[in-house]
Amino acid sequence: MSVLQMQRFSICAMKKDRKAILEELQSLGILEVDTSVIEGEVLEKMDTLSQKQLFERTSALADQALNVLAEYEPEKTSMLSSLEGKALIEKQDYQKMVDNKEALLQSANEVMALGKEIAESKAAIMRLETQIETLTPWLNLDVPISYNGTRKTAVIIGSVGKAVTLEEIYTEIAGHVGELEAMDIQIISENSAQTCIAATCLKQDAQVLEDALRTLGFSRPTQTSNLIPAEQRAQLQKEIAALMMAIEETEGKIRAKANDREELKWFSDYYRVRAQKYEVLGTIPQSKRTFLISGYTPTKASESLKKLMAEKYDLVVDIEEIPEEEETPILLQNGKFAGSVEGVLESYGLPTRHEVDPSKIMSVFYIFFFGLMLSDAGYGLVMAVACFILLKRFPRMSEGMNTSLHLFMYCGVSTLVWGILFGGFFGDAVQIVSNVFFGKDIVLAPVWFAPLEDPMKLLIYSLLFGLIHLFIGLAVKGYMYLKNKQYLDFFCDVILWYVFLGGLIMMLLPSQMFVSMSQMNIVFPPAVNTLAKGMAIAGAAGLLLMSGRSSKNPVLRLALGAYDLYNVTGWLSDVLSYSRLLALGLATGVIASVMNQMGSMGGSGIFGAIIFIIVFIVGHIFNMAINLLGAYVHTNRLQYVEFFGKFYEGGGRKFVPFKAITNYVEVKEEKKV
Amino acid sequence: MNGIVWALLGAALAAILAGCGSAYGVGAAGQAASGVVTEDPSKFAKVLVIQLLPGTQGIYGLLVAFITLSKIGLLGGAAADLTLSTGLMIFAACLPIGIVGLVSAMHQGKTAVAAIGIVAKKPDQFGKAMLFPAMVETYAILALLVSILAVNAIPV
Repeated sequence: MSVLQMQRFSICAMKKDRKAILEELQSLGILEVDTSVIEGEVLEKMDTLSQKQLFERTSALADQALNVLAEYEPEKTSMLSSLEGKALIEKQDYQKMVDNKEALLQSANEVMALGKEIAESKAAIMRLETQIETLTPWLNLDVPISYNGTRKTAVIIGSVGKAVTLEEIYTEIAGHVGELEAMDIQIISENSAQTCIAATCLKQDAQVLEDALRTLGFSRPTQTSNLIPAEQRAQLQKEIAALMMAIEETEGKIRAKANDREELKWFSDYYRVRAQKYEVLGTIPQSKRTFLISGYTPTKASESLKKLMAEKYDLVVDIEEIPEEEETPILLQNGKFAGSVEGVLESYGLPTRHEVDPSKIMSVFYIFFFGLMLSDAGYGLVMAVACFILLKRFPRMSEGMNTSLHLFMYCGVSTLVWGILFGGFFGDAVQIVSNVFFGKDIVLAPVWFAPLEDPMKLLIYSLLFGLIHLFIGLAVKGYMYLKNKQYLDFFCDVILWYVFLGGLIMMLLPSQMFVSMSQMNIVFPPAVNTLAKGMAIAGAAGLLLMSGRSSKNPVLRLALGAYDLYNVTGWLSDVLSYSRLLALGLATGVIASVMNQMGSMGGSGIFGAIIFIIVFIVGHIFNMAINLLGAYVHTNRLQYVEFFGKFYEGGGRKFVPFKAITNYVEVKEEKKV
Repeated sequence: MNGIVWALLGAALAAILAGCGSAYGVGAAGQAASGVVTEDPSKFAKVLVIQLLPGTQGIYGLLVAFITLSKIGLLGGAAADLTLSTGLMIFAACLPIGIVGLVSAMHQGKTAVAAIGIVAKKPDQFGKAMLFPAMVETYAILALLVSILAVNAIPV
């Protein structure tokens, strides 16, 4: 349970070692570079922007090439492959790739060029297909569209933008030019949008006829060709086929490049890492011969880092404590168990440098409450086993995924335990199955009690667990005051509340209201009752007088005190909020029972058993998913709102060390620090 | 009118009202979630979680309906012979989750839409985004508790 102390770690070294030292630091990954504190007139920063951008572009090029490869030769991946994490590769293999990087760059460019070729061919095919489409109405024409007649006759080919019949055309023409000597009009094709026609007449009448047709909305086709439409279509189809062939061939070439896939991934990462290095390089101040680098490093690692650097290079290392008022980046250190809630903590906000890391206490309650809300032995078992198998199967999964799965595994175990205590195993599956299919009455007896039979009892316990949770939150606040030696604050803001609330609770316990709620008749000796009243009054008086102590004005002080005393309603609502433990626990159990009952409606026989199995699987997956979500959300809420509300602010900045952030692979490194 | 009609009406209302509210809430959140996923499919899991948050009221309604049905014996075959006043009592006991479920699910749906907006712009603030809709749910949970405790306590 701790926030790691940080120190400022500064290096001054020779410029010739610059790259080697940066690479060393990058591979160690324990220094967060922050050079903003270094000032000096002779110091200059190097402009590395163009280099960095070049590396980024190269890395992006490899990524794009990989995308092209994935499109034509998909990698065989399973559904769970996203859990696999980055592959670990040997250093010498990586080095071999680096030596080979020119060839890989060329390979990436080739893949991109091939990909572009395919894209262009596909665009060409699209174009040809549109051409074929516009040609379709003309297929019945047995002369080329551009044909304009023989020596004596003229042929006018074109379309009218609406559906017209032959009769209408003749009537229209007759209306305009009267009777022509010789004329023949054929309709090539006709649909609602256009009518394609070919008109034949004597050459001298051609102009007159065309003008007449124009009044109908006649126009010449835009597409002209010296081929008969059917022949032209055949030619276009041939072109498409040729392009298809070419695409296939190109695809084959791309597939042949798939051997380079792994190395291209490393290649992309290599340039990504180099770009990151150049980004840092651009921030460090340099003089003529030397350069300076400074940053945060965990106290416990700083000495060994100093030793390691001093052994290898000529440099001066300076380790300083960071002044109290400066905020440092935050790195948490916790064991496996407590560390599993770090993700949940982080999404609320990391502790600041002066706060306590609440992970340890939080992990206990988180897992406890989660189990209580889901509380079904079957679901818990499924969760725990599934997470365990995934963790074993994919040891290299990303860190965030690893902690989440650990958390859910622990929560699964807790759910299993609560399920046994409350006698729930996939709801009442044991009872239903034994009753419907075997004709016996086996009931999985709860070890503690069944919540549905005595909800009041669980409600009281839920509120009790909540009260303990909140009191511990208050205790952590007290611990923080003591650590910072704020004894007066500790007394006024923590002890007085304990006294006040303790007195109120002891007054409540023997009261008629509590007896009727809990069916527990608690009788205190009169001395305790008097003590309770005394505590409540003393606590209230203390809070009234002391809470506003920051204010000099006595009236304002009392007003602030009264306002703080009003917070007792906040305590009440906080405690009542824990009733969700009961509600969500009941929801899981009852809906699981509904599923079982629905499944058993098919009766006993084989047919009934099949229905039962199907309904059981689908129903319980649904119920488990929805209640897992509920348990997760509401456990988070209890931690964030009720528990953290008592003592925790958060707002720390995460420690982001300078290290190689890769996308695909990690290079095996021996641990040095 | 026989008591059992009132009791059944209560169970039906619990499921109907809470279910309608959840359908509205999940529907509204689903529209927002779809918009986010068209822009960035990698946020699917996160927005799905938030979309489902207003769905719980429907489950709570189902829960109370089921407890009521099993209480009045409609699930086990022989329906209990209820007096009018017992029936009305069960009806009243079902109302909290029905009405609060309806209203809270609709509001939770609207809050979920806004929370999906947070995830769209700042995916790392998922934990906080999830919290806002969860705050609304508190009242549905309180209503559920009252309904369960009341239905359970009515002697049949």
